Amino acid sequence: MYAVDMKGITKTFGDTVANDGVDLSVEEEEIHCILGENGAGKTTLMNVLFGLYERDAGEIFLHDKEVNIRKPSQAIDHGIGMIHQNFMLVNRLSVTDNIVAGAEPKKGIRLDRKKAVKDVRRLSEKYGLKVDPEARIENISVGDQQRVEILKALYRKADILILDEPTAVLTPQEVEDLFRIMRELKESGKTLIFITHKLKETMTITDRITILRDGKKVGTVETGDTNPRDLAQMMVGRDVVLSVEKSEREERPVAFEVKDLNVHNPTNNLYLRDVSFEIEEGEVLGVAGVEGNGQLELEEGLMGLRPTESGEVILRGSDLRELTTRERKKIGIAHIPSDRLRRGLIAEFNLQRNMILGSEWDRPFSRRGFLDRNRIKEYTEEVIEDFDIRGGTADVDAKSLSGGNQQKVILGRELTRDPELIIAAQPTRGVDVGAIEYIHGELLNMRDRGVPVLLISAELDELRSLSDRIIVLYEGEIVASLDADAVDERELGLLMAGEEVEG
Amino acid sequence: MNDVLAAIFSINTLAAMIRMATPIALAAMGGTFSERSGVINIGLEGMILTGAFAGVAGSYYTGNPWVGVLFAVIFGSLVAGIFAVFTVKFKANHVVAGVGLNIFALGLTTWLMQVLWGGRGVSPNVNGLPRVSIPVLDKVPVVNKLITNQSPLVYIMFALIIGGWFLLFKTPLGLRIRMTGERPEAADTLGINVSRVKYFSVILSGALSGLGGAYLSLGYLNMFSRNMSAGRGYMALAANIFGQWNPLGGLGASFLFSFSEAVQLRLQSINLNIANELIQMIPYAITIIVLAGAVIKSRPPEALGEHYGTEE
Repeated sequence: MYAVDMKGITKTFGDTVANDGVDLSVEEEEIHCILGENGAGKTTLMNVLFGLYERDAGEIFLHDKEVNIRKPSQAIDHGIGMIHQNFMLVNRLSVTDNIVAGAEPKKGIRLDRKKAVKDVRRLSEKYGLKVDPEARIENISVGDQQRVEILKALYRKADILILDEPTAVLTPQEVEDLFRIMRELKESGKTLIFITHKLKETMTITDRITILRDGKKVGTVETGDTNPRDLAQMMVGRDVVLSVEKSEREERPVAFEVKDLNVHNPTNNLYLRDVSFEIEEGEVLGVAGVEGNGQLELEEGLMGLRPTESGEVILRGSDLRELTTRERKKIGIAHIPSDRLRRGLIAEFNLQRNMILGSEWDRPFSRRGFLDRNRIKEYTEEVIEDFDIRGGTADVDAKSLSGGNQQKVILGRELTRDPELIIAAQPTRGVDVGAIEYIHGELLNMRDRGVPVLLISAELDELRSLSDRIIVLYEGEIVASLDADAVDERELGLLMAGEEVEG
Repeated sequence: MNDVLAAIFSINTLAAMIRMATPIALAAMGGTFSERSGVINIGLEGMILTGAFAGVAGSYYTGNPWVGVLFAVIFGSLVAGIFAVFTVKFKANHVVAGVGLNIFALGLTTWLMQVLWGGRGVSPNVNGLPRVSIPVLDKVPVVNKLITNQSPLVYIMFALIIGGWFLLFKTPLGLRIRMTGERPEAADTLGINVSRVKYFSVILSGALSGLGGAYLSLGYLNMFSRNMSAGRGYMALAANIFGQWNPLGGLGASFLFSFSEAVQLRLQSINLNIANELIQMIPYAITIIVLAGAVIKSRPPEALGEHYGTEE
């Protein structure tokens, strides 16, 4: 008997077929992985199961009984709980409020807060999900927030839990803890559906794996019978190079230098304190850290997007601090921003217009104040060709491309301007395996041509495979500077969590 | 100078403050509910005006001012319901829909006045609400001067504000409203019916504003005049913001605004050798100053003004 049996699920959005006759059979009390690249239809399938989307065709059976789920409330009644990738939490409310809302314990017409807090506490002890029921969401860590999400589902007596890319925002230690929790939930009789595109995690935690590609099911395999290479091949549809080879390098002159940089972000009251580092020509310096520990402030401070308080930022001998963002880009800083859609692209612009952002006043794109349409189109088509941008011509809007291809548009724009320095922040976030491979290759290319690269990333594998050295940011300070070859993931994880590491 | 201070801090000024704060505080709480559920409500002005008109019409045709009050609440809710259909169902821009509602309400009430009573300026006098006193409060010093012999709607307003605060912060429904305005997706995934919560909140805002309107026309002057709300809906919205989307805060802010209005009226009546125009500016200047300060520090519901739908 299957806990969940979805048959022939089809879901379209306009002309896009997000799910095309997908079957999914999940056994009771197993951890079942749905593996696929971004845009493969994993989340869509789960949103159909949870009643957030209405399916166009297909049937859903839970424990062999056909169900008709059209709203989340019905899914909840059927014992389905979903832990969303973007947490569905209200920052300003307490942990307890977030958990009980919609199923509140009552005393007369009042919400019985005492009982609510007690229930949450009992549940959190029962499953080993430690949280403070009285704390506000905005004051607790991301790992804690995720536990609140899981508690929300358990509070509603869910026996089928969907976890949508739950590890994306966690430190390695938090991931370990999550896996422990997942195993315990399985022991206690829950069925778990785990959505991911990360092969290593899939291999570690799951019992069976269903692979989706382009909205279609590729197959279901036993985790014990497969390996990362085969999985990657099924995911992408071709052979994939999982780790990049980077060439040896010798010591070279320092090209970029940051001395005692101080930045204050009043929004979250984070101070970047006395940050200093050097990058040599042809060197990749990785910046590791849990999100929100100063990466954004560093990125924006270096680009002149956020005022810096003191310090020096020196590129080939000249201080940049007085320069505007535009001037910094003009002297050759390529910027791959962490927030692609806010800083990198204008979603509603077509690729031609996106491609000239920042150089729209310059030759050859602009002549005597007029845009040279032919030249712009030519250039855009060159970049599309050279950077293997798929899914569109020069005339399509950026928003119609997949995340990976959008990122290639930015990469193409920035790297074709002969950069003197590359600041790449989260360059492969939300990007599929094939495009990751490509982006990594391009960045290493630039490195080999002698360009210094500052790589800010939350992906430890990415940092370790691309960087020559890694610095770790914790609460706005550099807590460690390490040789990338000598560092192991565990040590990096501890440093990111602010722990001391011996030696 | 003593005259001025006496004018400002007299019992009479404070009693006037409470009177004038009543419609603003009611509508402000309406704004609080609407905005807590995520719907920006510029339309409070039109809802007050509709309520004021419906109140007089009800009293005119039945002779009973309480029927007028009921009419005010019903018609306030009705226009709010239309506003909710536009903003929630059809996902119209909240501000545009609200401004539209205000213009519609002004036009409609002016036209109806012409049709029903043949004049564009004012309605005939109707039976207003009687002044009442509350037996026990009668005997308490100071308080008796402030809130005795007031319109019953003043007492109802105080009760409703406390009830509204209780509803918003102490009941399951209140939690659902707050959650909807902060993060509708979160509410939806918890099985909360987002649209229903928004409809409820917006319609409640109409009922409260309508009641505020009834106070203007039946508790004050016993007639309706063109554009009678005269910007009180906007004051209410400001009071709601300054009161941090809390009915009690909104009441406090309404007191502040109406206090400055009351002072202004008192100052005009004593000869100060200052141009009256300058004195008349006081309430507006205070509103601007307070609001400029409040907007910087205030933290509106996170999804205020946004539309929610899972399949876009």
